[in-house]
Amino acid sequence: MSEIRSELKYLSSHEWARVEEDGTVTIGISDYAQESLGDVVYVECPDVGAAIVAGEQVAVVESVKAASDIYAPISGEVIEVNEALEDSPETVNDSPYDDGWFFKVRPDELEELGNALDSEAYEEQLDE
Amino acid sequence: MSDLLKTPLYEQHQNLGARIVDFGGWALPVNYSSQVEEHNAVRNNAGVFDVSHMTVSDITGSDTLPFLSKLLANDIYKVSSLPGKALYSCMLNESGGVIDDLIVYYLTDEYCRVVTNAATNQKDMAWLAKQAASFSNVSVTEKSDLALIAIQGPKALDIIQTKFSDDIASSTKNLNRFQGTFTENSADNIFIGRTGYTGEDGVEIILPANKAEQIWQQCIDNNIQPCGLGARDTLRLEAGMALYGADLDEEHTPIESGLSWSVALNDKNKIPRDFIGATALASNSRYKMIGLILEGKGVLRGHQKLLNNSEEVGEITSGTFSPTLQKSIAIARIRSNCELSIDSTLHVQIRKNQVEARIVKYPFI
Repeated sequence: MSEIRSELKYLSSHEWARVEEDGTVTIGISDYAQESLGDVVYVECPDVGAAIVAGEQVAVVESVKAASDIYAPISGEVIEVNEALEDSPETVNDSPYDDGWFFKVRPDELEELGNALDSEAYEEQLDE
Repeated sequence: MSDLLKTPLYEQHQNLGARIVDFGGWALPVNYSSQVEEHNAVRNNAGVFDVSHMTVSDITGSDTLPFLSKLLANDIYKVSSLPGKALYSCMLNESGGVIDDLIVYYLTDEYCRVVTNAATNQKDMAWLAKQAASFSNVSVTEKSDLALIAIQGPKALDIIQTKFSDDIASSTKNLNRFQGTFTENSADNIFIGRTGYTGEDGVEIILPANKAEQIWQQCIDNNIQPCGLGARDTLRLEAGMALYGADLDEEHTPIESGLSWSVALNDKNKIPRDFIGATALASNSRYKMIGLILEGKGVLRGHQKLLNNSEEVGEITSGTFSPTLQKSIAIARIRSNCELSIDSTLHVQIRKNQVEARIVKYPFI
């Protein structure tokens, strides 16, 4: 059974978003996503400073098995990427919600996250 | 999944928590736990694969050898004095394109066993039937009631010889590499080939479906790692073995697919052989295969384009991340007039980026 965290927002394509205390948003992929992908060997994040748009493809995660597109849960500016993933991409498998985060965004409008799924809706989707 | 074909071991895969996928119409395990751990188990210890989806056919009759000689790009007479000896070959269409690649075990002058791919089953069986019709005394019988279990890895033979039943253990003791045999009690209908698709020593056991569960369980009980299609692909690619549908297809000859070693244009007396597709192979090859190791970031995958000084020269046919080398590797097809030497570099178009890759000889391990 995959872990779902109640404080996060999700996309149906299995990205999560967490609103930090300073109003920035951290983005990663769910436990279910890392499990489906299998051993992650490469993560291609957007550049720091890049403007990203909700719903558009912004990153790629590659497992041994396949490459998978990552979509932006929110629009804004990328302010930090998780550089530790470059040497240890397997962190995405070991800790998808904590150390395995992908990048942080300064959102244009935080309210935009209202369009994303809450944990219950995401869980329902996984059950289907 | 309900419409998919299931192997006799489907329930075992479910019980082991396998991730099941649709593979050419078959419900098969892609991985049980970590694909990389499964891969490493085969490189370092032993792993077991359910490959019952593959097609086993028995070729019988007094025209068996003439039929196979006509059908196959490799020469069946290379092995026809060595009972049980296996031969790898492609079977070609008239234009030299590869209909399928296969392993044939020579058993007697009137009996050979052929193992072909699953996804190509229908066209293979139609082709075999069509070609057999030109011979007065040959039958092709598809053995769809059989299971196929591959046990592979440096410790595979040792485990089989010390832990498995006497008939299976003793049969493997007498097997040379690339040779197969029925076990002593012929009523069991258990065939063991010392062959595989991983680059490691091991066996492939062809047996009645109702005996599959017992052998599978014996593997699990002896700590042989169950392995899915995912590990099978990374293992075969590291070993430089071609995959039909990726590295091989009807649009390219075996020579254009890196398999010229498996083509016997002449027989042992240097006389040109008359096999289907032979005429087409006499013309110049348009392509050649190279191995690649990625120097930059990313993962090489099938269909990525290759650029030499911005000129497109070919594309990757199979690519992956190699768990053994901890680097991304690929087999690629480039134009035959493209003069690139081993250790030179070219660029691979990976999404928006052009990433450097080095040309290497393969197998990669």
